[in-house]
Amino acid sequence: MGSLASAGGRVGNLTVDVYQAGPIPLKATFSCAPGELLALVGPSGSGKTTLLRTIAGLYQPQQGRVSCGEKAWFLAEEGQHHSLPPQARQIGMVFQDYALFPHLTAQQNVQLAMGHVPRAQRSAQAAQWLANVRLQGLEARYPSELSGGQRQRVALARALAREPQALLLDEPFSAVDQVTRRRLQRELALLRQQISIPIILVTHDLEEATALADQICVLHNGVSLQQGSPEALFRRPRSATVAKLLDRHNVFAGKIVETAAGRRLQWGEWYLEVANGLESGDIGETLTWYLPPSDIVLHRRERPSQGERENPVAATVSEMVVLGSMTSISLRVSHGDMLRFDIATHAAKRNQLTLGASVYVSLLAEGIHLMPAQPTSQAPHNKRTLL
Amino acid sequence: MDWSALSVSLRLAALTCLFLLPLGIWLGRLLATAQFRGKGLCEALIALPLVLPPTVLGFYLLQQFGRDAPLGGAWAALTGGGLNFTFSGILLASLIANLPFAIQPIQRAFEHVPANLREAAWCSGLSPWQTLWRIELPLVWPGILSAAALTFAHTLGEFGVILLVGGAIDGETRTLSIAIYDRVQAFDEQGAASMSALLLVISLATLGLVYGLAGKRRWARG
Repeated sequence: MGSLASAGGRVGNLTVDVYQAGPIPLKATFSCAPGELLALVGPSGSGKTTLLRTIAGLYQPQQGRVSCGEKAWFLAEEGQHHSLPPQARQIGMVFQDYALFPHLTAQQNVQLAMGHVPRAQRSAQAAQWLANVRLQGLEARYPSELSGGQRQRVALARALAREPQALLLDEPFSAVDQVTRRRLQRELALLRQQISIPIILVTHDLEEATALADQICVLHNGVSLQQGSPEALFRRPRSATVAKLLDRHNVFAGKIVETAAGRRLQWGEWYLEVANGLESGDIGETLTWYLPPSDIVLHRRERPSQGERENPVAATVSEMVVLGSMTSISLRVSHGDMLRFDIATHAAKRNQLTLGASVYVSLLAEGIHLMPAQPTSQAPHNKRTLL
Repeated sequence: MDWSALSVSLRLAALTCLFLLPLGIWLGRLLATAQFRGKGLCEALIALPLVLPPTVLGFYLLQQFGRDAPLGGAWAALTGGGLNFTFSGILLASLIANLPFAIQPIQRAFEHVPANLREAAWCSGLSPWQTLWRIELPLVWPGILSAAALTFAHTLGEFGVILLVGGAIDGETRTLSIAIYDRVQAFDEQGAASMSALLLVISLATLGLVYGLAGKRRWARG
């Protein structure tokens, strides 16, 4: 055995495209390449776990297709219906509460998933899988005699021992304390380098998704809103809803206007330069825009910094929250919208930022991201100012 | 000591367990895991012998077992014999009277097996049969054991139904509890006492075995 790479040989993309109106509404499309980790993120009730169960064959939506490589695991469209049972899908699944068999030892739990291995080799290989997740010496323990982190590792070893075509992880870190979680996340990141199958991670923890995933798929009410790399998603959310689900601030309403200097985005009394997207809109069109906090540049008092000419905006400091080495700053502009960004606490001190102080910031034109107008005129973050 | 009554009682209890346990496992699992129309009615019918006076149950069975009744007639056509006042008759009556004792503990046990253990087994490649044998049955084993013990002990003690359906034919339908009643009626207090003591010991031993075994599982602690 030695390597953790799937013995299945030809591993392909895992693609999911399913739809149903109810009872759990679903309209989701996503795919995950071998060796890639795709995180399904969304609030509770967004259908993440249902989609994972759909891949595993534990749930059958009304319409759609789930395939792994060339093989269709589930197909329900145009009068065709075919669904492989979970046993035939060759998936490794780690359940949220691990679902270890309580009457079997750690090794027996792993061995049970090795029906494809000749009987004589199972015991030795199961011990090897446990060693791979750093559980040597604990083979004879029952799940009730293991810690939360150890149980999670047994569940992972059991899932991998099946030598699956896809690894499915349902909130695998939610049942352990934070220190254990960090360690297990690190181990998963290391393990990933050794396996070349698609990995789907269901999580509601954005930080976890950002840290572990190559791709994130944002779900809301069973609908997949956007799939992309964490960087792309955080800089270019497709809609205000995606931005809100990704816990982005700095989402505002604006209007495309023509000025003597060219097209601008009107935001209150300010006319902002935008690097991309203004040309494709119509004059007078209202839309939603977003600016990543990293593209808000605070003007220093004593010396000018680069980019100060770009979209300078006057504002007053309305909130300062020190979170260790970083300080979260909220600025109120004249028409009431709030800009939020983080700076190093020492930089806040050096700039003598205090509540009520007047400051200038530049909104980098390259960072301004335009999105379709939101149905409501209020930016989603504004209610936070009431807190 | 009425040895033939003891033999009838033990045979009756053993056969009742033998027939009822597979049914109990099947029905108990179904009731614990499936949702279907009429499930409540089904559970109520199974529980009915718990609250129905044994004489009432016995009376209806006596009626149904007659050769003119559909059940008794069908039995006669199949086997050529009757049901009333035969061992087959009291066995059938005992199977019905013991339904709740055989099914309910097993149903409760299946209800305590988390659904995702079954799913984890399927995802690990186990067929539904393998899942039943290797995951579910080992987990519900204490429930099956207590169903067996309750059914066995209850059959030994069953009186009203057996008396109505079977009468007290020596070596055929006279069970130990009926023999005790006969001994008391005949003012043979000594005979009644020794048989009562025997029933007490058997019942206690059965239950003791069950509770003893149920506590012995290392994995269930901690």
